Amino acid sequence: MTERVRVTGPPRRRPRDSAAPSSRARDIDTDTRLGGIYLGSLLRAQLGLAARVLAVLAATVGAWPLVFHLWPGLASVEVAGVPVAWWVLGVLVYPLLVGLGWWYVRRAERHERDFADLMGSER
Amino acid sequence: MSPVPGIVAIVLVSVATLAIGTWGLRFSRTTSDFFVASRSVNPRLNASAIGGEYLSAASFLGVAGLVLTFGADMLWYPIGWTAGYLVLLVLVAAPLRRSGAYTLPDFAEARLGSRAVRSVCSLLVVAIGWLYLLPQFQGAGLTLRSAVGAPVWVGPVIVGVLVLVNVTSGGMRSITFVQAFQYWLKLTALLLPLMVLLAVWAGDGRPPAADEVAGWSVPLADGGGQGLYLTYSLIVATFLGTMGLPHVVVRFYTNPDGRAARRTTLVVLALLGAFYLLPPAYGALGRVYAPSLASSGRSDVLVLELPRLVVAGPLGEVLTGLVTAGAFAAFLSTSSGLAIAVAGVLTQDVTGRRLSGITAFRVAAVVAVLVPVLVALAVPNVGVARAVGLAFAVAASTFCPLLLLGIWWPRLTDAGAVAGLAVGGLGSGAAVAWTLAPVSAAGWVGVLLEQPAAWSVPLALATMVGVSLLTPGRVPPHTRRLMVRLHTPEAVDLDRG
Repeated sequence: MTERVRVTGPPRRRPRDSAAPSSRARDIDTDTRLGGIYLGSLLRAQLGLAARVLAVLAATVGAWPLVFHLWPGLASVEVAGVPVAWWVLGVLVYPLLVGLGWWYVRRAERHERDFADLMGSER
Repeated sequence: MSPVPGIVAIVLVSVATLAIGTWGLRFSRTTSDFFVASRSVNPRLNASAIGGEYLSAASFLGVAGLVLTFGADMLWYPIGWTAGYLVLLVLVAAPLRRSGAYTLPDFAEARLGSRAVRSVCSLLVVAIGWLYLLPQFQGAGLTLRSAVGAPVWVGPVIVGVLVLVNVTSGGMRSITFVQAFQYWLKLTALLLPLMVLLAVWAGDGRPPAADEVAGWSVPLADGGGQGLYLTYSLIVATFLGTMGLPHVVVRFYTNPDGRAARRTTLVVLALLGAFYLLPPAYGALGRVYAPSLASSGRSDVLVLELPRLVVAGPLGEVLTGLVTAGAFAAFLSTSSGLAIAVAGVLTQDVTGRRLSGITAFRVAAVVAVLVPVLVALAVPNVGVARAVGLAFAVAASTFCPLLLLGIWWPRLTDAGAVAGLAVGGLGSGAAVAWTLAPVSAAGWVGVLLEQPAAWSVPLALATMVGVSLLTPGRVPPHTRRLMVRLHTPEAVDLDRG
């Protein structure tokens, strides 16, 4: 499978001028085995990305209740006069969530660009 | 206590809402007109509108009150309500937009081609919508009693009437501007008073909490293993429930394509994160200046009372007016969004069969608003954030499995969907009935029913998968084509069925 790297420009709204679909698009339209592989690779890429984001979420935010359950003394540790639990759960969690979302959007759009290039690269 | 600032604030918010609605109405005639035309609505405006609709009384009043009473473990509510959008972003946002569905029943029918699944979904949308509307109306009663000393039934009636006027005149339903305005109003209404309160607190020499409560800064529910279960179950309910809320899904249709849906959701995440920094600070300051609200069981009005308790004179009155305005905006925007979602489903599946067009919608809207208003007047206050938490648990146990499997698993069948929805709906529904009932159980049974999501979500998911695998012949023939539609970028020219 050839992979092209886009170097400039926004994603094209229409990858082709002609009405005739590329052979790869036709593979998907007519449900050939190859078409199934093209579609499956996109689905796996996007689902794998989602799984990675959710794994990070589980390992960070999802682990905090357990951490505070196992080490209850942690809650009374203070940083700049505020308990550490409040810093983490009241403040730091939000930049973390937005950062994860930002990373996901960038990667998901890259997967879609790669797929669009794959479909459009061969007439 | 002077009722003047409260009355001024409520009148101003109502007038502004109706005015922006009417002004926006000139540009858009019907819901579908507006939504189709809104392909040029940019993600930032759209995200403000989603934030405005999503931040309900539970966010504006409930979180601060819960933190005041129970402490740091209640920080999981705002975290869950925000993280729910991250889960929605990575698993659902773009495919849901690409499905072209306007409501959850629409999605179910498009994906599975079954009227039966559609009907079950409609029933659930109405149930979740009413469960979510109930605390909005009860919160309105508390707000008006606190702000202007009105009897507690006045709030539900006024908000109910205003929502009905908005929804049935078409003023609110099509207007992204109203909802966007209300996000920024809510943010301002919490931010400005908080800055003054923090300045006063610093000026007082940063006094500590009036009385130390054991475990207040521990971010876990009490009770060792049971507390850990409650916290994790709340996390499951909120992280997975957001994608199943009726008024959230409707909003995705306003995005021009799947890519814009993702970008909008990302902005929503940022807007929610900014907002949720504020309510816990009110809870913490309440510990210093108003601990009696917690002991007297009136913690839900903390945000409304704190400015007046801390700042004397006209400035305190102005700040009180501001937070009252924000709270009122929270009731109006969320209730309107939910009323539209519920009325839309009732129109499609109930009243639309007998009546025509706009009459069917108006009758449905009256039913959609009247039922929760009456229940709000009849049952005792269940706590704003608590009742909303139950709505999340039901949504997570029903629509979350349907959306996840519907989008990512081609072997889902209509029989599997119905079985899973029934198991999840009945399981979490029994827990809701138990919580609203006056009896209570001790020990693990009570704990499991108090926060059902941690067992009801996996159970529903497993049922949906299991029954689907047992009925492979019922996989809809158009599944492959629909997967192409859900997952491929619009720019690629493909047959999408």
